[in-house]
Amino acid sequence: MENLIEYTPLLLRGAVTTLSLALAALAMATLLGGLGAVGKISGGRLMQAVVFAYTTIVRGVPDLVLILLIYFGGQRLVNIAAKAMDLEYIELSKFWAGVAAIGFIYGAYLTETFRGAYMTVPAGQREAAMSLGMRPLQVLRTVTLPQLIRFALPGYANVWQVLIKSTAVVSVIGLEDLVGLANDAGKSVREPFLFFAAVFCVYLFFTWVSQTIFNAAERRYALKEHHDAV
Amino acid sequence: MRFELILKNWELFAGGMWMTMQLTALSLLIGFCIALPFGLIRARSNGIGSKLINAYVYAFRGTPLLVQLYLVYYGLSQFEAVRDSFAWPILREAWWCALITFSLNSGAYATEIIRGAVQSVPEGELEAAKSLGLSPFKVTRLVLIPSALRRALPQYGNEVVFMLHGSVVASVITIQDILGVGRTLNARYYLAYEGFLTAAALYMALAFAAVFIFRQLEKRYLGYLKVSR
Repeated sequence: MENLIEYTPLLLRGAVTTLSLALAALAMATLLGGLGAVGKISGGRLMQAVVFAYTTIVRGVPDLVLILLIYFGGQRLVNIAAKAMDLEYIELSKFWAGVAAIGFIYGAYLTETFRGAYMTVPAGQREAAMSLGMRPLQVLRTVTLPQLIRFALPGYANVWQVLIKSTAVVSVIGLEDLVGLANDAGKSVREPFLFFAAVFCVYLFFTWVSQTIFNAAERRYALKEHHDAV
Repeated sequence: MRFELILKNWELFAGGMWMTMQLTALSLLIGFCIALPFGLIRARSNGIGSKLINAYVYAFRGTPLLVQLYLVYYGLSQFEAVRDSFAWPILREAWWCALITFSLNSGAYATEIIRGAVQSVPEGELEAAKSLGLSPFKVTRLVLIPSALRRALPQYGNEVVFMLHGSVVASVITIQDILGVGRTLNARYYLAYEGFLTAAALYMALAFAAVFIFRQLEKRYLGYLKVSR
């Protein structure tokens, strides 16, 4: 137990790495998901085919496979490029390889989430807003987006909960995140159970906090009963 | 690209396919056996048993599978009592640790799925069965469970793919599943693209096969619900 207390600052640093990785990946996934949804809704035939291939392929491949592919494959690509340009050996960042892989994967899931949410907003509302003379961006901001957020939130929360657990496998390429550090520390003091139990609890804590935050957000964006409306 | 090295090592990949399918299928099977009673209890009662099951489900769904696997594979060996116990020959094997962890994990997810499915069975179906004079046990066995399992099919199909994808972490504890073979080839020949791309393609093929099978099952067993809508 003293060992665990002694290593707490180290594990906290790992937890910060895990959380940063998850948030950076979420940002990337949100961006990709937004682009994918726009492409699927209003893109041409080619665009739709590209998005279809992206969402289908990515959802068929496990996260760790993609992480290893991006990390080792990317490393080899960078090496070849560096050699061709007479540069020194460049080492790929494990952190950013993890962000890229996880962001890329969950961008595919969010594409579907956003597209589904967009479809749920009745087209008549957009048409009504436009008939009032609102510009397309105005319609998006005042009519579509608020409802889109409401419909997308449950799916978005779901993706986040899966995404944050997915960050654990980035430790396999040697990232010093919560799992990687706990693995090293736990083995060196011969108390692996204790250290992994601590990691277990930290992840449970993350899950619980996320759930609380998303529940509050869903209440905030929920359809309110308008008692004062005429 | 040197895909000829992949072809040369096709037997390794065939073994990896078998390992992945075996681990996934067995875990799903054991997980299902855990989930059926647990899901029924969760849906039907609110007592202490239901609360304990909920804690199990919450813990396993709220943490990464990799951490669960490390906890069992590396963690348990910390205790002398475990090392001296009759179970040690099993618990020191990576394969058994993976099977135990995956089964418990799948059991937790499937419990939630079955709970939801049981709760979605219309009360009328059960009342109709009761009115025919069936005992509560028979209502459960002949009406509630079959009806709930049909309704669970779409979500359970997702769980199958999820478990298949989750099983890749077995490769981290030296098991030669599909990804394990890919990693071996990467270490041996530096085949980053070829090994991992082959692994990705094989996982995709298995995932699509599972999706296809479940779509057929849904057509067969859930078709009647779709027509009436």
